[in-house]
Amino acid sequence: MRLLSLYAVLAYAFLHLPLLVLSVFSFNQSRFTQWEGFSTRWYAQAFADPALREATLNSLLIGGAATVLATVIGTLCAYALWKRKSPPISSTLYLSLMTPEIVTGVALLAFYQWLFHFLNLQLGMMTVIFAHVSFCLAYVVIVVIARLRTMDGTLEEAALDLGANEFEAFYLVTLPQLAPAIVSAALLAFTISFDDFVITSMVAGVDSETLPMVMYATARRGVSPILNAVSTIIVVGLGVLILASERLQTKS
Amino acid sequence: MKTLRLAFLAPSVFLLVTLFLIPLLIVAVYSLQSRGAYGGVTLPWTFESYVRIFDPLYLKILWRSFWVASVSTAICLLLGFPLALFISRAGKHRGIYLQLVMLPFWTSFLIRTYAWMFLLRDTGLINTALIATGIISEPLPLLYNDFAVILGLVYGFLPFMVLPLYTNLEKLDPALLEAAADLGAKPLTALAKVTVPLCRPGIAAGSILVFIPCLGAYLTPDLMGGGKSIMIGTLVQNQFTTARDWPFGAALSLSLMALTLGLLYFVSKRSGGEDLL
Repeated sequence: MRLLSLYAVLAYAFLHLPLLVLSVFSFNQSRFTQWEGFSTRWYAQAFADPALREATLNSLLIGGAATVLATVIGTLCAYALWKRKSPPISSTLYLSLMTPEIVTGVALLAFYQWLFHFLNLQLGMMTVIFAHVSFCLAYVVIVVIARLRTMDGTLEEAALDLGANEFEAFYLVTLPQLAPAIVSAALLAFTISFDDFVITSMVAGVDSETLPMVMYATARRGVSPILNAVSTIIVVGLGVLILASERLQTKS
Repeated sequence: MKTLRLAFLAPSVFLLVTLFLIPLLIVAVYSLQSRGAYGGVTLPWTFESYVRIFDPLYLKILWRSFWVASVSTAICLLLGFPLALFISRAGKHRGIYLQLVMLPFWTSFLIRTYAWMFLLRDTGLINTALIATGIISEPLPLLYNDFAVILGLVYGFLPFMVLPLYTNLEKLDPALLEAAADLGAKPLTALAKVTVPLCRPGIAAGSILVFIPCLGAYLTPDLMGGGKSIMIGTLVQNQFTTARDWPFGAALSLSLMALTLGLLYFVSKRSGGEDLL
């Protein structure tokens, strides 16, 4: 058992040290990997960068819109599936979860290009938002349905007996109990949307460059201290969202 | 009841059909057409794209993808099993330990890959530290090779291995191990003869959950692999962008999809369907 604990320490170091080290070096005075003292200059430069600022705004807009849509649609779907199972819908959701990202990306690109034969549109914010809704949906359904399964179904029956109709029973009885799970699902969907690079890069247009796309372009050119700073902000920000999301899941 | 259910399901069904199933169908159709002069596709119908997958040039890339994904999966299993075992025996702190495994998984895949680039490259932290302490004089070639890709994939997908293993281990009856000990088995013998065999469903599920994303990985080989470390994901992406050979890219995507489906079917049969949905 002691050997196992020692191993676990090493395993957790492997999992967490890379991000920790990156964060520490984002405060390095030097642009090289030698520690020359504490500085926040890279953060100042990151905030002053107009390209980063625009990409962040795009990512927040896309993430926000995709989260709202995916959460509403996914919650309704989870409720319906909880009432009565539907193997075709469940399998399709599961499959969408397991499809390699690059395949989802090229399939959506091919679909949009085909659609543009009929509609006078082009790749841009809308195409990215809809792509994000489609890959966030399964996550929302999983989180919400997990909560529904632990809930007492007799409460709805009582509401029906007391004269509520089906919709009122859902809206007045079940939905309030589901609130923490729905918020948790929304936080998760936002994180996934905000992080996505592979699918986004396939369906984005000139006006919809997201933060991960800018970061990817920078990372391809090599390591940059500004990128270390941006990464640290994102890791901390999304980490807080995820912890909040998990907190809500276990509490409910 | 019926109308409410229909109204609740309609938006997600519409979404799944238009943004998932129809796109896959279009990919299937494109994979059977010919390459257009300026990208896109054109008639006549042909199986040529599927035949081309068996071209030695591409077979080599497929083989490398299988090899990299298999090695990564094996390493994940070796690293993940003891970790899952540790968590399952950690008493009331199990939840926290499990969360500590999952937390990096939820932070951006791009950033986690980048963090390793920061550590591994020629002027990265590891080489800088080794040179500064005088252990080496020239930087070690740690990045832009298969080693880096495998490391990146293991780091990225280890949680996918730990989670099903932990779920499996947690369900094991501790009395079985006590019985083994009473009958004279040493802890390691009990582990090999009792725990591991009873963990087969978890091992199968974890291995496939790691193997599938490794096989189709795009970001890790692209950023951490060298020019020679091309895998299927990069090949697919190339066909739709620079190479402008959509039918071939579509045929590759569909083959990857078919393989994913087959593996998922296999694991759902084996594990008795741990249904999330």
